[in-house]
Amino acid sequence: MPEYYTPALAYIAAALLVPFVPKGFLRGLYLLLVPVAGVLIFWGLTPGTYNAFNLMGMQIGLMRVDALSQIFGLAFSLAAMLAALYAWHLRDTVQQVATLLYAGSAIGAVFAADLITLFVFWEGTAIASVFLIWARRTEGSFAAGMRYLVIQIGSGVILIAGIVLYYREMGTISFTAMELGSPATWTILAAIGIKCAFPFLHNWMHDAYPSATVTGTVILSIFTTKLAVYALLRGFPGTELLIYIGVAMALFPIAFALLENDLRRVLTYSLNSQLGFMVVGAGIGTPLAINGAAAHAVASIFYQGLLFMAVGAILFRTGTARATALGGLYRTMPLTMIFCLVGAASISALPFTSGFVSKSLILSAAGYDKMFYVWLALLAASTGAILHTGLRLPYLAFFGSDGSLRPKEAPGGMLLAMALTAALCILIGVFPGALYALLPNDVKYEPYTFSHTIVQLQLVAFVALAFAWAVGRGLLPKAERSTILDFDWTYRRLLPSIIRGLRRLAGAVWDRASRNINSRLDNLVAAVFQLHGPQGPIARTWPTGAMVMMVALLLGMTLVLTYL
Amino acid sequence: MMALIEPHLPALQVVIPLVAAPFCMMLGRGGLAWIFASVVSLATFVISIALFAQTYDGTIISYHMGGWAPPIGIEYRVDILNAFVLLIVSGSAALVLPYARSSVAAEIPAERQALFYTAFLLCVAGLLGVTITGDAFNVFVFLEISSLATYALVASGAWANKRALTAAYNYLIMGTIGATFFVIGIGMLYSVTGTLNMADLAVRIADHGDSSTLRMGFVLILLGIGLKLAMFPLHLWLPNAYAYAPSAVTAFLAATATKVAVYVMLRFMFTVLGFDYEFQADTLRMVVLPLAIIAMFAASLVAIFQDDLKRMLAYSSVAQIGYILLGLSLLNETGITASIVHLFNHAVTKAALFMVAGCFIFSAGTSSISKLAGVGRDMPWTTAAFVAGGLSLIGLPLTVGFISKWYLVLATLELGWWPVALMIMASSLLAIIYVWRVVEVAYLQPAPAGVTRKEAPLSMLIPTWIFVGLSVWFGVNAMLTATAAGRAASALIGSSHILWKD
Repeated sequence: MPEYYTPALAYIAAALLVPFVPKGFLRGLYLLLVPVAGVLIFWGLTPGTYNAFNLMGMQIGLMRVDALSQIFGLAFSLAAMLAALYAWHLRDTVQQVATLLYAGSAIGAVFAADLITLFVFWEGTAIASVFLIWARRTEGSFAAGMRYLVIQIGSGVILIAGIVLYYREMGTISFTAMELGSPATWTILAAIGIKCAFPFLHNWMHDAYPSATVTGTVILSIFTTKLAVYALLRGFPGTELLIYIGVAMALFPIAFALLENDLRRVLTYSLNSQLGFMVVGAGIGTPLAINGAAAHAVASIFYQGLLFMAVGAILFRTGTARATALGGLYRTMPLTMIFCLVGAASISALPFTSGFVSKSLILSAAGYDKMFYVWLALLAASTGAILHTGLRLPYLAFFGSDGSLRPKEAPGGMLLAMALTAALCILIGVFPGALYALLPNDVKYEPYTFSHTIVQLQLVAFVALAFAWAVGRGLLPKAERSTILDFDWTYRRLLPSIIRGLRRLAGAVWDRASRNINSRLDNLVAAVFQLHGPQGPIARTWPTGAMVMMVALLLGMTLVLTYL
Repeated sequence: MMALIEPHLPALQVVIPLVAAPFCMMLGRGGLAWIFASVVSLATFVISIALFAQTYDGTIISYHMGGWAPPIGIEYRVDILNAFVLLIVSGSAALVLPYARSSVAAEIPAERQALFYTAFLLCVAGLLGVTITGDAFNVFVFLEISSLATYALVASGAWANKRALTAAYNYLIMGTIGATFFVIGIGMLYSVTGTLNMADLAVRIADHGDSSTLRMGFVLILLGIGLKLAMFPLHLWLPNAYAYAPSAVTAFLAATATKVAVYVMLRFMFTVLGFDYEFQADTLRMVVLPLAIIAMFAASLVAIFQDDLKRMLAYSSVAQIGYILLGLSLLNETGITASIVHLFNHAVTKAALFMVAGCFIFSAGTSSISKLAGVGRDMPWTTAAFVAGGLSLIGLPLTVGFISKWYLVLATLELGWWPVALMIMASSLLAIIYVWRVVEVAYLQPAPAGVTRKEAPLSMLIPTWIFVGLSVWFGVNAMLTATAAGRAASALIGSSHILWKD
């Protein structure tokens, strides 16, 4: 049945077979090959919608191939492969199956040509990914996973509500650019916003990602949010509101990232900030900006993944990712340190790294459109990124105060995965042409102009200087074992207390009402039972005479009909 | 060889089990009789498949018994509709018999087993005969053969529980009344037309037009068959008969006996009797339809409160027959398709569920739901089969139950009767409750201390799971069953002398 073909199918089929592949080398190889199979399905196809069919009057398209879906599909596949390599040491079937289903759903969603398919895979990513959090098998991770699941499923439910409204309004379910302005499109944007971690909708990310397993966090950081970025690029390009949301998103996690102690949480804040850049790109919506957002999404998948991998390796070897417990790890984990620095350089957008070539696109797009303040804000956010992730994170983990931990170097699979990812970051930076050729819009762009390079180098140099100065004077905010109050305080503390009050009030009302309703229901059930229960007239074993009586009665009634 | 046999397949379909039955009796104790019966039922199944394949494209096979041409001679007439029913009957027999070996050995003394299998073969022969024949009086004869065999089969549950005797006695009385009504009805048709061949009857009745004798005959046949197919409130014989019969018999009867009666109902209501559309349609809509809807609810509610698993399933059967009758009394093509496809779908589902009940009786020694606490851990495969069959009973997508309900709801919506559609869904909710009760007890309650229950033997599990597999397979890919049912429905309409002419 070729019309059901989608790259997701390769992953789902492979996931079903995972338990039958012997653990160890064979299974590792098997997991590496699945993304290759996925890519083979869509690679080289001429743009167009494949595998379309009609389902109860709706046009379903499982595979839309164009530049935008291809570049995301390719990046996702590559990242899935690197993540599989990173998880080579893993012997946990649950995580392996969940990873395949998660990656498959994300890729399936990217190729969805209609909103229903998008919804199915949208929920697929939510359900599959939660197992990566639960797989840590602690009570905390179970609760975090539960919260994550509620929010992610909630996003899907909002999405399907939006889709229903959209279908009523437009009479189509095809997934194309939408005009923000009706309840339908607002609802859909809200659903995407949750997955994209818009400000005030972002807490699930900082709650769930640091609670996942070592490899789980790496995998989580790849798909969900980038899928949301893809949905924005596809559904809402050029929506002005997104620029402001994006700017706020890029700026506002900086402070949290600077104060946070848990390095995985630092990375989720910086990931959130980087997503802001992409949202701005989607909001500007010019061909250059769309290119920039797509490129930045791809670049960020790899450098952010690399950073998560490095921190994951530390966590794997030391059992902690808290800055207060770490420090001085460069002695025993030199390779991990080098790869981490490549990731840090990339997120700092140092020339000849992937961050530089992708971020420049968005900054230029803001600059060309004379959005000076946007450009300035993004520059400020870049400074923040250099500070909290480019410098502070490697400093706290590998240098800084010596934590007297002497762990072994990361395992081979992790090192290889990090090496390949780091190489990818640098290759994209040195040869940006290859990435640009894949971008959705045909725009000529040269990142290595004199002014770009100088601006970025100055930025990095001055921030580094300030950082060194601050470290020297002891002005760097101390990493402390503390909980930072984020927006989630409102819904974890404030809202519950309001709700508690309301509940007490509602409780009293409810009690009275439910007692009333309950007694009525009880009466109803009792009546039904009296009639249908084992001793009731309908269920009783009747004497033969009574049965025959019934027959006679029915015969009489029917015969009366005859003479009417 | 094949060329020699092939033209006689319709006759062989009935003759083989009928002639085999007395031989079966002579085969002494248990084992040999069982093997013989199994081989015979397998042969009839193969013949049914061949007949189904021949008629699938709409061909009608007319076979003249002994070379006597109808309307004087007896005609066997196979079209897609009765080939479909033949397939259900012989397929159920072929699958129930392997299952019966262990189950019967546990419930019936060895020296009586040969007699049991003899009665079983007679019952199969009777049911196949009712389905295949094109002669109205022949229907009555075969109906009696199958019914008498069934009474004996139900009564053979007496070694496990003496109440089987009263159940069989009640069934005998009611069944006989039904058969009497039926034969009186046929007598009235004969008095008007002077023929017993169904095709011939149809033409002559249509020519004759309305008369009070025909109306009388119509009502008697409707109620006579209504008794046989357990139309609410004429179902009173069914729960006890199903509950106390040996497990294998219950599984077979639930899958076939009522289905064959429904087939006779379809044949007489739509093909044979065509004298006055208004009257016939009114009777179906004003008598059968309300009773069908009441059955859907009342019987399901009773099922909710039952403690005995087999009784619960029996009441659920009464409710499911309600769906079938609802479909045919809607009097449109989709409704009749729903009824026909549900014949198969319900047969598969109920056979699986009654087989599960039989497995419980075999291994746990009880079919009382409250005594099955924690059985999910001791008998995982059996319990899982119950869950799968239960889902189909509820009508969840990807099971056959869904296909039937889908067509049924479509049929009501075509008429614009959305309250009826809502009632179909509401009654499905009741099915969730009675299925869930069992699931809850089996999985969520701890097993009582000191009770050991082994998983049922493979000879019982495999046939059970084949039925479960069928209920999923034809739920996912309903092409074959839905096409056959659709063609059968349009064939019925095509041969009808009254319907869809207004």
